[in-house]
Formats: sequence, C-alpha cells, structure tokens
Amino acid sequence: MTISKLKANLIYDPKSKRNLTEKLFTSISAIFSIIAILPLVLVLAYILIKGGSQISWETLILEPEPPGDDLLSAGGIGPAIIGTFIISSIASIISIPIGVGGGIYLAEYAKGGPFSRFIRFGTNVLAGVPSIIAGVFIYAVIVATKVLFGSMFSGIAGGMALSILMLPTVIKTTDESLKLVSDDLRRGSLGIGASMFTTVIRITLPAAFRSIATGIVLGLARAAGETAPLIFTALFSRYYLTGFGDLFYEMGSLSVLIYNFALEPYEAQNELAWAASFILVVLLLSMNILSKLVSDIASGDSNK
Amino acid sequence: MADDDKDKFLLKQRTVSEKFIDEGFKLFFLSMASIVAIIVFAIFVVIFYQSLDSIDSYGMKFLTTSNWNPVTDEYGAFTAIYGTLVTSFASLIIAVPLGVGTAIFITEDIIPKKIRGLIGLMVELLAAIPSVVLGLWAIFVMEPFIRPFLNLLYKMFGWIPFLSTQPIGPGIAPAILILVVMILPIITSISRDSLKQVPAKLREAAYGIGATRWTAMFNVILPAAISGITGGVLLGLGRAMGETMAVTMIIGNTNTFSWSILSPGYTISAMLANQFGEADGSQVSSLMYAAFILMLLTLVVNIFAQWVVKRLSLKY
Repeated sequence: MTISKLKANLIYDPKSKRNLTEKLFTSISAIFSIIAILPLVLVLAYILIKGGSQISWETLILEPEPPGDDLLSAGGIGPAIIGTFIISSIASIISIPIGVGGGIYLAEYAKGGPFSRFIRFGTNVLAGVPSIIAGVFIYAVIVATKVLFGSMFSGIAGGMALSILMLPTVIKTTDESLKLVSDDLRRGSLGIGASMFTTVIRITLPAAFRSIATGIVLGLARAAGETAPLIFTALFSRYYLTGFGDLFYEMGSLSVLIYNFALEPYEAQNELAWAASFILVVLLLSMNILSKLVSDIASGDSNK
Repeated sequence: MADDDKDKFLLKQRTVSEKFIDEGFKLFFLSMASIVAIIVFAIFVVIFYQSLDSIDSYGMKFLTTSNWNPVTDEYGAFTAIYGTLVTSFASLIIAVPLGVGTAIFITEDIIPKKIRGLIGLMVELLAAIPSVVLGLWAIFVMEPFIRPFLNLLYKMFGWIPFLSTQPIGPGIAPAILILVVMILPIITSISRDSLKQVPAKLREAAYGIGATRWTAMFNVILPAAISGITGGVLLGLGRAMGETMAVTMIIGNTNTFSWSILSPGYTISAMLANQFGEADGSQVSSLMYAAFILMLLTLVVNIFAQWVVKRLSLKY
C-alpha cells in the first residue's frame, strides 16, 4: 500500500500544486523578458521608420536652418555628423594613451600594492561618476577659465569631457585583457633576455590586442552617444568647420542636435531630430554589434 | 665553431639606452595610471571649491527649500533632490523584478540557447541606444501613449498624495518609466553574470534532492548569487540618479514642488543640463552645490555597491 502510494507520487502530475507554481514562475519570468526587450524593439522600429524616411542627400549634407525660419525644410545634419566624429576622435586621442598606459601599469607592473588598489578604486569611482558631472568639471576647468586661447565653449572641451567618460572603460578592458594573457608568454620572453618593455610591447600587448580594441570601441560608442557633457562644453553650432582653428569654438554634434531640435516647437526641426537619431543609432548599434562579433571570434579562437 | 657564431650565445649586458627606455616606459605607464587618480581628485576638489560660495550663503537651507530664483539670488534644491530620489528609487522598484526575472529566464534551461543568447544581446543593445534618443522617443511616442493610463490612475487614486495631480504631459511618472528602460540592461547583465557564476555543483545538489527549478532558484541559486545581483542593482541606482538627457526631456523641468509623481518635476541632473549654459554669478555656484550633492549621492551608492560585492559574496 505504501509502495503504491510512493509510485503514485513519482508520476508527473501537471495539476499538482508544485508543478503549477513551477509553470507560474516560468511564465512570469518569460513575460518579464518580453517586457524587457519590448522597449528596444519599439524604439528601434520607430527610429528606423520615422528617422529612416527623413534620410536623403540633403539631410546628410546641408547645414541646419535656424529654427522657425523655414517651416517646410530644416536643412540637414551634415555639420553635426562631422562634429560627432571630431569630438569623439578628440576623446579617443586623449583617453586611449592614458587608459591603455594605465591599464598596462595595473596589469604588468603593479604588484597589488596600495597604489594599484587605489587606482582600481579610482577607476571604479570614475566609472560611476554621472556623465553630466564630467561636463560640469570641464566647464569649471576649461570653459569658464577660458584657458584655451581665450575661447569658451569649444569642440576640444567637449572631447575632453567625453574622454573622462571613456577613460574608465579603456583602463578596465586593458587591465582585464592583459591579465588573461598567459604568464608563460611573459616568462618565455623575459627568459630569453627581453626587457620588460619589449615583453609588454612585443608579446603581451599584441596577444591582448583584439580584446583591448573591442573594449575601446565599446567605450567610444558609449561616449559618442552622450549628450549631457556636451551641452555646456561643446555647445552647438550650425556651421561646417572651416579650418583647424574652429576646433576652439562651439561645435555641433548629433546628440546635441537631437536634444535642441526635439524641444523646438517646429515640425521640420523635430523631423531633423529623428533623422539625426537614425544616423546616431545605426552608427552606435553597428559599432556595438561589430565589436561583439570580433570579441566572440577572439574568444572562440582561444578556446580551441 | 667560428668566433662570430659564438658571439650569438654570449650574454650581453644591457646597454644604458635600453635600461633607460625600460625605466622610462615604466614611469610613463605609472604616470598614465596616476592621471586617473588625479582626475578623480580634481573633479571633487574643483566642484567642491566652486560650490563653497553657495554652501556659505545657503548651507543646509539649500537642501530643504525649493525656491530657485536667480533674480533675487535665492536658491533651494529640494524639488530637484526629491525628484532625483523619487525617480531613481521608483524606477529601481520596477526594474529589479524585470531585470532579475529576465536574467533568470536567460540563464536557466527554459528555452533554446540561441534564443536565450538573442534576448541577452537585445537587452545589451538597449544600453547602446543613447539617452537623448530615448528622450526623443519618450516625448513623441511614449508619453502620449501612456497619458490615458496615467489619467485613469489619477481618477481612481487621486486621493493619494503621490497621485494627486492631473497628468498634462511631461512629468515624473514618464521619467520613471524611461529610467526603467535605461537601467534595465545593467541590472540584467550583472544579474546574469552572477547567476552564471553559481557553481554547477550547487544546482546539481539541489536538483539531486528533488528540488524543482524554482525551489532551487529561490533557496539555493539566488542566495548564492545575491552579492552580484545587489551590486548590479546598486550600480543601476547610481546610473538612475545621474541619468540626465532622457529625464531632462520628459520630466517637465519645474521647480514648483509637488509630492505627486503625475506632476512635472525636476532632478539635479536635469537642473544642471537646463541652466548651466546660461548661468552666471551665484547661480553657477549654486548649480555647483547641486552637482556636488549629486556626486556625493552617486559616490555613496557606488562605493556601497563595491563593498556589497566584496562583503556579501557567499563562501561556498
């Protein structure tokens, strides 16, 4: 009798309380994941349709018109595209040497003492600093003091603000990618008499190059979409650069253009904001997907 | 063996230039690392120093009053501080179950691996959409869509102080929703990583004694992963507090205080984004004071997150 009871318990009963709770929680978590990916689908679909339909040669090349001047055509976003590229390049030029250098120090030279622990802590603190604080800082140091040849808002100041946001990502990825390089490589190189510097430059850095590069691209993609630090460092300009000297003056960028034109009461300006969003999102998503593909291939190689 | 052949195997002393380069680059890397520390310090010192004027003249009153008037030089940031705290904590309350639930769904064997990977990728890509674009979408698509629901909420629960104003457009509630979208990826991806790191032995042991998937989840796997998940949640909170653009575009930007989340409001970061470009005199100092408060808030949350991850991790 007891045995038959036990046997009965071993049969899967879909209506038992235990199995119903299982199903309930599973469906809750499934619903939650659908809700979680819903915004991406909705935002992407809307931007691709609404923004994509605005794209034409004129929008890509022309300068934007002053708000309200021409209610039918707001011009284009050409200068803002160039501006985004320039400001992100300035940010990379500053943050890549500092970040990779600092990462090399942490991974190769530091021996886990208080200094390296402090630097790692500082990197984490910097990673948590809100992006607008980076803008406030650059405003106080560069813009308000007019140290750059007496000019206030400038593309360079904007690049500096973005570089502060990129820096922690670059350091962390360099540090972590170098740590993954096998110690045998280092010992081999040092064992045949190479100096520490040669070992780092010729052996460990190339071995970690791909993952460092993907980290940098991800950091850059995050920085290029930032707006908050730019609205009072680079400000905005409707005109194309005319020469090198324009780097020291206000510079437009896609993200600030979206912000400014989204809040305009004119339809034409709002549509330009959608067009700029389309370009920015396509740019950033392809950077993200590409770097993920590259890092997947890289990790696939090391597994074999 | 010829002499020149032998030379190849002789140990050579490093030349001075080689040593110099070696040492020089070590110093170079060291200084690059120090720059990070210098920047962190500089951010604190500069913002604190710039806000001294305002701290002197307004002191704690700055935190508890909410009149913001550049003409009469009266500044109080209570509305912005309230907005920052309400938006970030409310968005956390919604985003944590969503994020952790999604993380569980894509780490457990519920659906095929490829779909799991795809969901994970999509959530991560959500993080790649710039804040300003989400703000644009929130203004033109999300807010008009949810307004009827908020109106319904007001009609049914208007007697609760938090829901006591008629929603007329931008406001705290849409800002909370857009913040949920922005912190969801970080909570999901960190929770997923922590769940993946739970040793297989623990799962096997739990299933071995007859636990179902969700009993094992609640009693074994989640407790083992709790440190990482809490860390991720706190990082999300820090992100939400500092998030600027989407919130600025949708929150309504008014310094008039109201308890209601259906009314327009302000956050510290929105205030900075709105006013910094055109501020001068004591307004700059007051904005710096607000920035300083925001920095302290996010710093405390972030350091607490790091401490939790170190301290709470179970030793299995």
